[in-house]
Amino acid sequence: MRHLLTIEGMSRADLEDLLDLADEFVDVLDRPIPKVPTLRGATVATLFFEPSTRTRLSFERAARALSADVLTFAPGTSSVTKGESLKDTALTLRAMGADLMVVRHSATGAAHRVAQWVDVPVINGGDGAHQHPTQAILDALTLRRHFGKLDGLHVGIVGDIRHSRVARSGLQAFSTLGARVTLIAPPTLLPLDMTDWPVEVANDFDEVLPHLDVVYLLRIQQERGGTTGFTSLPEYVRRFGLDDSRFARLRPEAVVMHPGPMNRGVEISPHVADSSRTLILDQVRNGVAARMAVLFRLLASPGAER
Amino acid sequence: MTATRAVVMDADDVRRAIHRLAHEIIERHHGAARVVLVGIHTRGVPLAAAIAKAIQEFEGVDVPVGELDIGLYRDDLDRRAATNLFRTAVPVDITDRPVVLVDDVLYTGRTIRAALDALSDLGRAEAVELAVLVDRGHRQLPIRPDYVGKNLPTSLGERVVVGAAEIDGEWGVWIRDEEGT
Repeated sequence: MRHLLTIEGMSRADLEDLLDLADEFVDVLDRPIPKVPTLRGATVATLFFEPSTRTRLSFERAARALSADVLTFAPGTSSVTKGESLKDTALTLRAMGADLMVVRHSATGAAHRVAQWVDVPVINGGDGAHQHPTQAILDALTLRRHFGKLDGLHVGIVGDIRHSRVARSGLQAFSTLGARVTLIAPPTLLPLDMTDWPVEVANDFDEVLPHLDVVYLLRIQQERGGTTGFTSLPEYVRRFGLDDSRFARLRPEAVVMHPGPMNRGVEISPHVADSSRTLILDQVRNGVAARMAVLFRLLASPGAER
Repeated sequence: MTATRAVVMDADDVRRAIHRLAHEIIERHHGAARVVLVGIHTRGVPLAAAIAKAIQEFEGVDVPVGELDIGLYRDDLDRRAATNLFRTAVPVDITDRPVVLVDDVLYTGRTIRAALDALSDLGRAEAVELAVLVDRGHRQLPIRPDYVGKNLPTSLGERVVVGAAEIDGEWGVWIRDEEGT
């Protein structure tokens, strides 16, 4: 593995290798001293051109837990406000000694472009509505740690699928690992072209609800025009929100996931958000371990040049 | 490409060596009540288990056995082929207890250096000792074993191979001449 840009095309063996590694890193993070010297001397740069708190912090925590140094680039306080291009920013950070770059950008394909410009591994930390591969890996890790395996699990992804890179990368990872995926959304929040997607589609949440093992809720992405997909927010909540009455109709062993940040009272009720059957904080915890696994594979394995 | 292979220890020899290692550990610690054995992956793990079994036979004491993977502590990660991690798990807190690290072959000492780092992240042992089945020499670091199954002088061109029953079907030690390959 040279870069991690997309889940598309990754084999079951590739994914399971990362999950197996991540399991070990979960143990490392549980130790009294949650830090190992593995990547001492390596520098991980985070280039986040879109606002993000948890993903950037999670990558930085993962890098530091492996003893790598971190270069943080945030556009609000940087030369992007002076018109510097993505390419120049990437080349500048490479010249400063970055051994790996994590790129988040609102434009689809931004991380792929950076990977062509620099001679170090690149991780896609989210590009537009396209892909968010480490989110998919941490979600698969969370499901595997909870259920033992993904084979046969029925995962319902609910909400703004059209604008969601989490949904795109997640459904590929889940189905590659043997889960059955149903997308649940109004037609206006579904992508126009879903040819070849390994999914089923449902417009009625209540009909599918009792059959799901996992309810994966998405946020309405107002910054990507998500609110234009339905007439009003109360209308959306009424049809697709996981409120207390829908929560009560879930199978007893079903769990709730959310990539964050959540909008309490919209896609998830406050009661559900705080319930012991939501894995949301497990997702956050496992995210650090999953990202350690990816950093380890890219920087401490064959083909890794540093 | 002609790699010759000579038997250095057969299964019975290994069993006798394990028994002697167990006796030496018991003797030095006046029993084995406080000792923790920690095997280094891969073949140090079944070796530690075998020593623990012998100690139980001789003294009636169940010695805790841990396993240690040093993949995250190596100093040559960028020079090695694909690295896979094994489980690291020590069933008891090692703080203020004597730990015996167990490995199959002692060679350059770099594995043990990494194991000492890994172990110190798990707790502060009262003392750390080292038990190996084979010491083949050629140390590159100031590390020495406390318990040795067999001292085996080797040349750099030779390779020492240890088989463990749980992994390879039978215990044994072989030496392979890889010069010219």
